Amino acid sequence: MTLIAPGAGSAAGDPLEGPTATVDEHGTSLWRGALQRLRRDPFAITGALIVVVFVLVALFAPLLAPYAPAGAQWGNQVTPSDVPGPSADHLLGLDAFGSDLYTQLLFGARQSLIIGVVSTGLGLAVGALIGLLAGGIGGWVDVVLMRVVDVLLSIPSLLLAVSVAAVLGRTSISVMIAIAAAQVPIFARLLRGSLLAQRNADYVLAASSLGLRRRTVVLSHMLPNSLGPVIVQATLVLATATIEVAALSYLGLGEPNPTVAEWGRMLVKSQNRLETDPQLALLPGLLIALTALGFTLLGEALREALDPKFRR
Amino acid sequence: MRRTTSRSFRVAAVLGAAAVALAGCAESEREEPSAGGEKSGGATGGTFVFAASSDPVSLDPAFASDGETFRVARQIFEGLVGTEPGTAKPAPLLATEWETSEDGLSYTFTLRDDVTFHDGEKFDAEAVCANFDRWYNWKGLLQSENLSYYYGKLFRGFADTNPKGIYESCAADDATSATITLTQPFAGFVQAMSLPAFSMQSPAAMEEHDADNVGGTEDDVRFSAYATEHPTGTGPFTFEKWQRGQQVSLVPYEDYWGDKAKVDRVVVRTIDDGNARRQALINGEIDGYDLVAPGDLKGLEEDGFQIENRDPFNILYLAFNQAVPALKDLKVRQAIAHAIDKEAVVTQSLPEGSKVAVTFQPESVAGFTDEVTTYEHDPEKAKQLLAEAGQSNLTLQFNYPTGVSRPYMPTPEDTFVAIRSQLEAVGIKVTPVADQWSPDYLDKVTGSPNHGIHLLGWTGDYDDTDNFLGVFFGQKTDEWGFDNPELFTALTEARGVATREEQTPLYEEINKQVMEFLPGVPIAHPVPSLAFAPEVKGYQPSPVQDEVWNNVTVEE
Amino acid sequence: MLQFVLRRLALMVPVLIGLSLLLFAWVRALPGDPARALLGQRATARSVENVTRLYGFDRPLHEQYFSYVGALLRGDFGSSTQTGQPVVDLFQNGFPATAELAVCALAFAVALGIPLGYFAARRHGTALDNLTVGASLLGVVVPVFFLAYLLKLVFAIGVGPLDFLGVFPTSGRQNPRIDATHITDFYLLDGILTQEWDAAWDALLHLVLPAVALGTIPLAIIVRITRAAVLDVTGEDYVRTAEAKGLLRSTISRRHVLRNALLPVVTTVGLQAGLLLSGAVLTETVFAINGLGATLFDAITLLDYPVLQGFILAIALMYALINLTVDVLYGVIDPRVRVS
Repeated sequence: MTLIAPGAGSAAGDPLEGPTATVDEHGTSLWRGALQRLRRDPFAITGALIVVVFVLVALFAPLLAPYAPAGAQWGNQVTPSDVPGPSADHLLGLDAFGSDLYTQLLFGARQSLIIGVVSTGLGLAVGALIGLLAGGIGGWVDVVLMRVVDVLLSIPSLLLAVSVAAVLGRTSISVMIAIAAAQVPIFARLLRGSLLAQRNADYVLAASSLGLRRRTVVLSHMLPNSLGPVIVQATLVLATATIEVAALSYLGLGEPNPTVAEWGRMLVKSQNRLETDPQLALLPGLLIALTALGFTLLGEALREALDPKFRR
Repeated sequence: MRRTTSRSFRVAAVLGAAAVALAGCAESEREEPSAGGEKSGGATGGTFVFAASSDPVSLDPAFASDGETFRVARQIFEGLVGTEPGTAKPAPLLATEWETSEDGLSYTFTLRDDVTFHDGEKFDAEAVCANFDRWYNWKGLLQSENLSYYYGKLFRGFADTNPKGIYESCAADDATSATITLTQPFAGFVQAMSLPAFSMQSPAAMEEHDADNVGGTEDDVRFSAYATEHPTGTGPFTFEKWQRGQQVSLVPYEDYWGDKAKVDRVVVRTIDDGNARRQALINGEIDGYDLVAPGDLKGLEEDGFQIENRDPFNILYLAFNQAVPALKDLKVRQAIAHAIDKEAVVTQSLPEGSKVAVTFQPESVAGFTDEVTTYEHDPEKAKQLLAEAGQSNLTLQFNYPTGVSRPYMPTPEDTFVAIRSQLEAVGIKVTPVADQWSPDYLDKVTGSPNHGIHLLGWTGDYDDTDNFLGVFFGQKTDEWGFDNPELFTALTEARGVATREEQTPLYEEINKQVMEFLPGVPIAHPVPSLAFAPEVKGYQPSPVQDEVWNNVTVEE
Repeated sequence: MLQFVLRRLALMVPVLIGLSLLLFAWVRALPGDPARALLGQRATARSVENVTRLYGFDRPLHEQYFSYVGALLRGDFGSSTQTGQPVVDLFQNGFPATAELAVCALAFAVALGIPLGYFAARRHGTALDNLTVGASLLGVVVPVFFLAYLLKLVFAIGVGPLDFLGVFPTSGRQNPRIDATHITDFYLLDGILTQEWDAAWDALLHLVLPAVALGTIPLAIIVRITRAAVLDVTGEDYVRTAEAKGLLRSTISRRHVLRNALLPVVTTVGLQAGLLLSGAVLTETVFAINGLGATLFDAITLLDYPVLQGFILAIALMYALINLTVDVLYGVIDPRVRVS
């Protein structure tokens, strides 16, 4: 579902850079305009709110949580069929291993954020590098790299992640690399597409005719102007990452430590108790969906805001 | 059944010693003793739908070692020997009685004379010998562990191998009397005959459908038409249809010699997800299923479903790998044993009713004694022992499997978490190492020295002490990493004794020796459970899963 | 047209070569001895030797690659490390169930998605529009396996006061108590062909929940693409012209908007068809459907490399073929594509 509008258009750019037209006809930069539009979009505001709360919880989990995470400190109160529900000591009761559920959920946000940011960053870095090389250099480099990307794209992303996880073994780091790997071809193709779309843009031609070196043109003019869709995509990938971590857990390729606070793992572990102790699975499931929703809303709104087509 | 994967069981790890360690567990024979053999009431009708956790590998039990193949095979086939209902003790089945010669090498079986195979052929002594000769004369590929696992393991050789193993001959004295002669004593021989792998199959049908025409390679076996479409035994059900990956259906055998099947059809469906099995039962899509998760028992019972428990014939243990220097120290092993609260492990992670284990074998198996060294839960003593050993800052690798549920280890993660907390409580630091059950986990803990302490267990194949203690401690293995010639010799000697009576005191001594030496901590004997719809009657659970469904009824 | 198809087919060749190279490299990148990885638990010293010889792990890399491709071309994908069944057989066994499920899931997504997307766009900015967009977002953020589980709980088992909703079966493809005849192994089709209506109806009931679970993400995506495409087209000059000419709204919708909006939707549907196969990994097990997804699920959880390798190759191939079909269809709808 990567329906990225090609390029952010020729009228975008950094006002401090280069001699070309970087300010559009209405006198506001693309980004500033986008921000204005975002502020009027209820979807965007909802998304942003969710994301802000999520990030704050993730950052301050140790301050917010009443207990230490992943301890299974109350393991002796848990049996295979009974998990104590909410009480004065435990706001939401215990989890299936005997840790405080509320604490686990708070720290789960942190885990999600770490996995999301690291895997997206990694996928973005590698993908962007490939895209930059392909779109920037062109020629046979482009052909070869894009064939490789085509091959990777021909494998559904979940299977790609699974294949990588299988090679790397079960560690929390391999989960991140696996998710990142599945994003690499998407970012690569995206960046290349935007770079190509600008090849014949006036400001690029102008820069070239001024005798600027190709590398300079690509890095200081074309790249900044191609970032819009990449940022949109990164936001959306953060949503995908949250869901894919859960899928990997479901497939038994997730985080190896059973008590660690990770929503996907908590969901998978307690799915069969939905009838008896619904909070155990519903809460992590809900938080996964909510976080993914926040990033998706924000990403979609950002995309619409940056897309000239929607600027009416 | 051997320790294998949750979905497909076939498999055989192997590499010398590891072979035996990996070797199998449970399974044996019919629930209903042949006693009486009254031909009672006809069918009450209906279909009995049972959910299994995986598809059978083939329908020829002689080439199988997995529980799901055996489950189906037990309905179609019968062996010479069965088990007493609800126990692992041998009982008459196709043979009404047997005699052992003085030297313990010859067994004479007296056979029923009213038995026919599903193809109409008569069951007699010739048929018995035809089966024994078939096994003994398997060649090449058929000797592979992926196929003739049980024959190869218990008879230790074939006609064209060197050594030839312990089978010598089978003689049909007359139509109802067959004598099997062995070259060495094998005290567990009669008990072993209750394994479905040694079922009596119709020689005529095997010939007609080319039973031994197994093609392909060792790793890519193509079973014969007999094993996939024409299994022919003497049991209460005959084969109807096998839809691969989905279900096997069976119908009653009209001329069955014993209690004729009461339902019109039996369907064994494959549902590999435990949760999906439970929900299918609740929703009335199936009538019963095996491997009920401990956490589901209470809910199912409250909703009016019947829970049937098998007598545990298994052991869950925490193993110490003595290739790890710290674990070589007896004091450290004792400290860990004192740190563990078995009762707590049972309540936190095992089904209700599971018994705490004293030794590495179930109580019902010969040689059990509780006069062994015991290690009560005592964290203070554990800390003190660790201090004496100079290991107050001990860090241990703790291996446990994921993605698996075995009857002896229904929820390994929960068990791991429970034990980890107890170890941490006495100051031992734990590095968890999780692996997929198959192939990684088994390879790692039984086939390599690269592990610390780990969870594993065993379900017995049949009533024989050697099938527990001999499997674990019979020789130096990577799983335990110790070399204890005294123990190895004692086990070899006990195995070579001809009768159960003589064996018993030897095994009692061995149990004491083992618990003194403390190669690991026996944790519990988890109760394996089955669940049934309220309408199902007449299901007799068996500790060795010798469950035949001829008396099962499903009220409409 | 033929030339176009041939050219597209030719373009698949490098992708397939690349894919085979990738999978080839993948097995060799696995931890440990590749022969042991391929054999898994069944690895005996002898079989390790066999496989080493078969795949030639002891020979130079380029030779290994060519013999690997040779085996693939002969249709030899190896066999499962768990059951010993040939990968090709496993694929054939699972295919009917998954194909049936995927077709139903896609039918559900298209039948519901295109009208929803269309009406949302035609009423752009209204509550209906916002609701549709919101709901379609929800469809993609809930983990598929969890959605499947919730569906099963509510619509098969029934919860509390909503117990009456629990009308569907939880598992499998057909009630084993029905003695159905199977000709094609597509159970719904079989029921219709043999006119065993109870069997057909039962097969259909079994398909509903899995198809909804599997079809939800495609549904959400189709809704949004259709909506976006219709919005796009509505803004085009020819539609404005038609409106200005005073043409009936329904005529405009039919002749101008829908037809042109359909183009991107067709592409999306094609892409989703390919993705359904990987989605099946997360839904089939929940519903105990023994299709490709469940087989793949097992292969993943047990790290059954030959099955993984073979299935990934097959799925990528099917994905490519579906996309080819879509491109051809595209050419049929829009002649401009053929020419360019």
